[in-house]
Amino acid sequence: MGTTASQLAKDSLSEYQELTFLTKQEILLAHRRFTELLDRDERNHPNPRVPMEVILTLPELKSNPFKTRICQVFSTSEDKDGSLTFEDFLDLLSAFSDSATLEIKSHYAFRIFDFDDDGTLDCGDLEKLVNCLTGETEDTRLSSEEMRQLINNILDESDIDKDGTVNLSEFQHVISRSPDFVSSFKIVL
Amino acid sequence: GEKEKLNMKQADMRGTKEKPETSEDGDDEEEVNNDGEVRPELLSPEELEKLKEAVDEKKKLIQSLRGKPWPMKQKLVTLRESQLFVEKYEGALGKGKGRKLYAYKVMMTKKWMKFQRDFENFKIACIPWEMKIKEIESHFGSSVASYFIFLRWMYGINMILFGLTFGLVMVPEALMGRAYGSIPRKTVPRAEEAGAMDFAVLWDFGGYAQYSVLFYGYYNNQRAIGWFKFRMPLSYFLVGVGTVAYSYMVVIRTMARNANESGIGDDNSFNFSWKMFTSWDYLIGNPETADNKFASITTSFKEAILEEQESRKDDNIHLTRFLRVLANFLVLCCLAGSGYLIYFVVRRSQKFALDGLENHSWWERNEVNMVMSLLGMFCPMLFDVISTLENYHPRVALQWQLGRIFALFLGNLYTFIIALMDAINLKRKEEKVVKYNITMWEATLYNGTGSENSTAPPITIHPADVPRGPCWETMVGQEFVRLIISDTMTTYITLLIGDFLRAVLVRFLNHCWCWDLEAGFPSYSEFDVSGNVLGLIFNQGMIWMGAFYAPCLPALNLLRLHVSMYLQCWAVMCCNVPQERVFKASGSNNFYMAMLLVILFLSTLPAIYTIVTIPPSFDCGPFSGKNRMFDVIQETLESDFPAWFSKVFSYASNPGLVLPFILLMVLAIYYLQSTSKSYKEANVELKKKLQMVIQRLDNF
Repeated sequence: MGTTASQLAKDSLSEYQELTFLTKQEILLAHRRFTELLDRDERNHPNPRVPMEVILTLPELKSNPFKTRICQVFSTSEDKDGSLTFEDFLDLLSAFSDSATLEIKSHYAFRIFDFDDDGTLDCGDLEKLVNCLTGETEDTRLSSEEMRQLINNILDESDIDKDGTVNLSEFQHVISRSPDFVSSFKIVL
Repeated sequence: GEKEKLNMKQADMRGTKEKPETSEDGDDEEEVNNDGEVRPELLSPEELEKLKEAVDEKKKLIQSLRGKPWPMKQKLVTLRESQLFVEKYEGALGKGKGRKLYAYKVMMTKKWMKFQRDFENFKIACIPWEMKIKEIESHFGSSVASYFIFLRWMYGINMILFGLTFGLVMVPEALMGRAYGSIPRKTVPRAEEAGAMDFAVLWDFGGYAQYSVLFYGYYNNQRAIGWFKFRMPLSYFLVGVGTVAYSYMVVIRTMARNANESGIGDDNSFNFSWKMFTSWDYLIGNPETADNKFASITTSFKEAILEEQESRKDDNIHLTRFLRVLANFLVLCCLAGSGYLIYFVVRRSQKFALDGLENHSWWERNEVNMVMSLLGMFCPMLFDVISTLENYHPRVALQWQLGRIFALFLGNLYTFIIALMDAINLKRKEEKVVKYNITMWEATLYNGTGSENSTAPPITIHPADVPRGPCWETMVGQEFVRLIISDTMTTYITLLIGDFLRAVLVRFLNHCWCWDLEAGFPSYSEFDVSGNVLGLIFNQGMIWMGAFYAPCLPALNLLRLHVSMYLQCWAVMCCNVPQERVFKASGSNNFYMAMLLVILFLSTLPAIYTIVTIPPSFDCGPFSGKNRMFDVIQETLESDFPAWFSKVFSYASNPGLVLPFILLMVLAIYYLQSTSKSYKEANVELKKKLQMVIQRLDNF
């Protein structure tokens, strides 16, 4: 008989259960949704990779302002093009799942907000972050004066060592006090 | 390091003699080739210990893998490597002393972990309405969904309460107690028999509904019923106490869990950072909601920046203060007015009851419930209007609004109870008169046959003809049931009219109306989270109050919650739009839990008062004939437990022992509170120190 590429092997399933925060049903659902994104011929590929544009058609990610960053962070492709294999997809869902720990969520949140991938959140990153949050239209953007003040306030609050950037431990310190973070940093298929 | 050491030892040993392997049966070790063979018999005990530690460490690594932020490939490689290591050496460790036991233990641990994982999966699959709530989450965000999650949690609690009352009170009496019509208290009196089956009477919970297991009055005071001697009165009392105790336990446990998860209180020192990093709700999957969210985030940023600048300026503070005082005064007048109105209406309804209910119109009969429901609907709107005088920040205004609605509902409920107390006292006075009449009636019965000797056959009277004493407990139960039903009806009707009808009108009249109905005046309604949560909390408070007198209440509430879930889910998706100002009332989970706890406490007070001070009716219920309801405990202790038990209990309930115990608990609470305060202060100090130290390091 053997397993086709469109079905998960049983020991893969139990390994994935061991390595992610997802339940068996969630992993099977994720597999089904992932295979729906593939073309006919790609489905028989041993380890198919879905390009970013196709991933972004998922309704759960479509309206998210950080959708490109999320794909880039979880992608393991060498070209850094944001394409995801099924295992990357599972990593994504695991980090955003209900039972994921605060540490793992804050780690990935930091990487998502780090637009230039340099390991710290500097003014450029924070500015891009604010622009993502305030939407695309002109009347919802903040003026440069407001932006400057906002970034100063944020650095005042979170930058403990006063080096002008927020590093991972400062970020995790701020986030761990927030009562809303864990419940809002969730994506469920 | 460990592996090399072992390999070296093997290399040494291989040169010398080889120990023969003893044949193992039932051993689940793997077949390993000669190169990797470890002989635990040749290892010293410490090395054996170190090997065990290494295996345990690898096991811990496997457990912690899912929390590591590595890509899946790396995790898989590490997992397979660790699993191989564990299997190889675990099996080998099994050789030696107690190997069979060790292998058995290992197998059982694996099976147990698998069972736990399957059980977790099963539990999560069993959670009802998950898909519905997920859909609402993606359309409206997590604050609206939190109401439905709260509703589901309440449903769970009511399920347990229903199980207790149904299984331990209603079913035993129905199955093993005496049947309907066998004794006077279980029969509809002759006078009411004519109308006992009418729908109007049944809807009012009179007639056959009143003389059934649904209400307190039906239960017989026989100490033990059925073939296995089920102690009915004891069970009734303990279930009443148990429902309250269970509710306390669940609410406090949930509060403690929420407090742990949400960190140490609400720190206002990270306002902007939190707005930046945690304000986006990743569950939103709907473009319209996302646009709303963008707009609200922008507004909140601009507001926060403005507030930061304006926090130094405070102009017109006297005017603001005066307006706020005025607003509070108006609110107090409102509350007093509504309290008086309810009291007035309840007294009027007692007068109607004395005249006989048939002489009055439907409105006059249901006046109390309608007035309470209408007040609950219109006063909050009035408070909303008054609060525009106050000019508070929206979050603060919301808290004031919630506090006022809470005070309104509480005031109404307590006025209702006070009026009910008057009715109870009336019934108790009536009891004395009826008792006298019954003795007279019995005397005339026996006088008629008194001239004969005692060999005359006893007179059989149909139970429906026996004169009955008044039953205040059933009356209380009936009042609560009626109140809850009218409350439910009002909620559903406001939902249908206020939300559904409005949405239909806006949608279809928009074509032929002068101004844009959708953007302008009525438009679609938003889902009022806080109003609905408060309604739910107060509904539960009424259940807790009345469940002792009407065991049918938890069942009724279960039905109501079930219907509410479906109706409100449909209404939200069909008629509501996402809120424009989506500001997170953070920590609101514990706020609602705290309100629930307060309501639980305040609801159980009246029931406890009536149990402790008022003697039960002589002619109905499981405690009839006793002096106080809790005497049933005394009776059980004396007759069902061995003699020494009741002696111990009487020592334990001695005030000389109870008072020091209470004192001890008060001291313990004080001590724990002061240590927690000192921990909080130490935390703040440490934070400051950290900043200073880092700055000093930077300066070097």
